[in-house]
Amino acid sequence: MTTTSEKPAENGVNVEALLNARDALGETPEAGKFMWRATNEWLHGTHSRSSVTGYFGLGEEHPHKSTFGFESDHPLVFAAEDNAATPVEIVLVGLASCLTAGVAAVAQNRDIQLRSVKATVEGDMDIQGILGADPDVRNGFSGIRVKYDIDADATPDEIEALVAQSQKRSAVFDILTNPTNVTVVVG
Amino acid sequence: MRTTTVVVGAGHAGLAVSHYLTASSIDHVLIERGEVANSWRTERWESLRLLTPNWQARVPGFAYDGDDPDGFMDMTEVVTFIERYARLVAPSLQPHTTVESVRRNGTGYQVVTDRGVWHATTVVLATGGCNIPKVPPFAADLPGFVTSFTPMQYTKPSALPDGGVLVVGASASGVQIAEEVHGSGRPVTLAVGEHVRMPRTYRGKDILWWMDQTGLHDERYDEIDDIGRARRVPAPQLVGKPERTTLDLNALTDQGVRLVGRLVGIADGKALFSGSLRNKCTLADLKLGRLLDTIDEWVGSNGLDGQVGPVQRFAPTRVEESPPLVLDLAKGGIGTVIWATGFEPDHSWLHVPVLDRKGRLCHDGGVVSGSPGLYRIGLNFLRRRKSSFIHGTGDDACDLVGHLAARVGARPPDRPG
Ligand SMILES: Cc1cc2nc3c(=O)[nH]c(=O)nc-3n(C[C@H](O)[C@H](O)[C@H](O)COP(=O)(O)OP(=O)(O)OC[C@H]3O[C@@H](n4cnc5c(N)ncnc54)[C@H](O)[C@@H]3O)c2cc1C
Repeated sequence: MTTTSEKPAENGVNVEALLNARDALGETPEAGKFMWRATNEWLHGTHSRSSVTGYFGLGEEHPHKSTFGFESDHPLVFAAEDNAATPVEIVLVGLASCLTAGVAAVAQNRDIQLRSVKATVEGDMDIQGILGADPDVRNGFSGIRVKYDIDADATPDEIEALVAQSQKRSAVFDILTNPTNVTVVVG
Repeated sequence: MRTTTVVVGAGHAGLAVSHYLTASSIDHVLIERGEVANSWRTERWESLRLLTPNWQARVPGFAYDGDDPDGFMDMTEVVTFIERYARLVAPSLQPHTTVESVRRNGTGYQVVTDRGVWHATTVVLATGGCNIPKVPPFAADLPGFVTSFTPMQYTKPSALPDGGVLVVGASASGVQIAEEVHGSGRPVTLAVGEHVRMPRTYRGKDILWWMDQTGLHDERYDEIDDIGRARRVPAPQLVGKPERTTLDLNALTDQGVRLVGRLVGIADGKALFSGSLRNKCTLADLKLGRLLDTIDEWVGSNGLDGQVGPVQRFAPTRVEESPPLVLDLAKGGIGTVIWATGFEPDHSWLHVPVLDRKGRLCHDGGVVSGSPGLYRIGLNFLRRRKSSFIHGTGDDACDLVGHLAARVGARPPDRPG
């Protein structure tokens, strides 16, 4: 717990709303069932475009404020055009964004004022897997490292605890560390 | 048969309740499916000793009086301790009587047993907090050559098949069983999820002595931020051994136990572990650090710095660079899985609408919500952090019998001084 600040921390996260939502879900757990969606369309070569327009949750459909677009491609060394980030880099982006959002929320809840939060993410991959060159090598990352540099009104242990708690509550951290059933069909 | 209060369960908690009911002159009967201390007689493994020291074995009106206050009771000693307490309390006991149903009946309750029906104004459920071992549903996916044990089925290492053993869960039961099984020459892999790390002693005193002294054990359920979470905190990684050794993950690693992440599934004969091991260990290390800070602050503010041992900090939990995520049970020589994945109370016979959607009892510090006259004792953090410990029962029993006494128009028991 911080004792330094007289004025409450303001990191721009509405923690009260989140805590209220958690209490409300205790009574109506069904409202907690969300479905997130994205669509993707092939452009050319390995280049494709995805969009995210809305999601389902709290018992109803919600449009995003606008349609968000994401492009993805493969890099030049794969003999592609490098029009956009690779899909695996987008996964790293997802992890970092999720953890950073968590750091801000946990800091707000613990009344810790953040000044800057920077993350660097590295994912190791042996491409013998995706090339089918060695069946013992997996396609995906063999390991991911995230390094946080955080400037905040808190002790080093408190900062470490923020990052640890953020991992504990992170959806993308869970997605990457635990298996998920994935079903792909052709319509 | 009619009585004012039926108490179900003759563990130390039911006996403590009976002690206070007698003090308040409330007519009651204590119903027990086995004998006094049934759980300790029938549901524990052979080598188990309490993880709470003897000096902490105290219940209302009775306390350990032997010559080894810093020792830890084995199961025979615990049973003897509770039997002696039962002789002192001298309840009206109905042993070998199983409660099959409790339902509301007008303003009171009907308690159906396999040996007759009781009608009572009030009922206290002292049936234990650890009745059913929790086993994840994917245990059903284990290949046929693997034998599964819960801690209640586990007796001793030599009763296990030879070969490797996967122990799932690294709380008190898991680390104790892992150490014992590994020591028997059956190599242990330990799947580690959320856990509570504690050294056996700190600054020369037992860690549980500090929990008592600093008031942490007395923290109340209505003073704490997130009681739902606090009630789910698993038992600390402690073991009661004469040498007072610490049994944290580093100690197990030193003995050759292999640590892996939380077990998250079984597929095609392979165990799948989470990649979150490092964070689970960091969380536990940081939490331990905060506990030691609290103790140090307490020592400082009570001016005891010269009188206890020096401040200590413990090495962070060692986690290998890339812990395995997949273990092929056949190739890895694993013939046994022990599910040390926690316990839960059994309320299946409670036919009163007081359970939430997950089957958990709704109560306010043991006063069951929405069903006046029904009480529960002996759950994690029921009223205080110490509630699930033997020495935590007394205060809870006194509070609850006080509440119950008001309901039946009796004098509340005096709080021991
Ligand atoms: C492995 C393990 C180790 C523990 N070690 C310690 C320790 O070192 N120190 C400590 O302080 N605490 C320890 N505890 C926690 C706690 O002290 C014990 O769980 C203790 O047994 C709880 O006492 P109780 O009286 O609440 O319940 P129990 O001792 O479980 O007593 C409940 C009684 O109710 C009876 N019963 C249940 N259902 C019915 C029914 N339907 N009809 C009739 N009778 C019924 C049971 O037979 C039992 O005798 C440990 C718990 C476990 C599981």
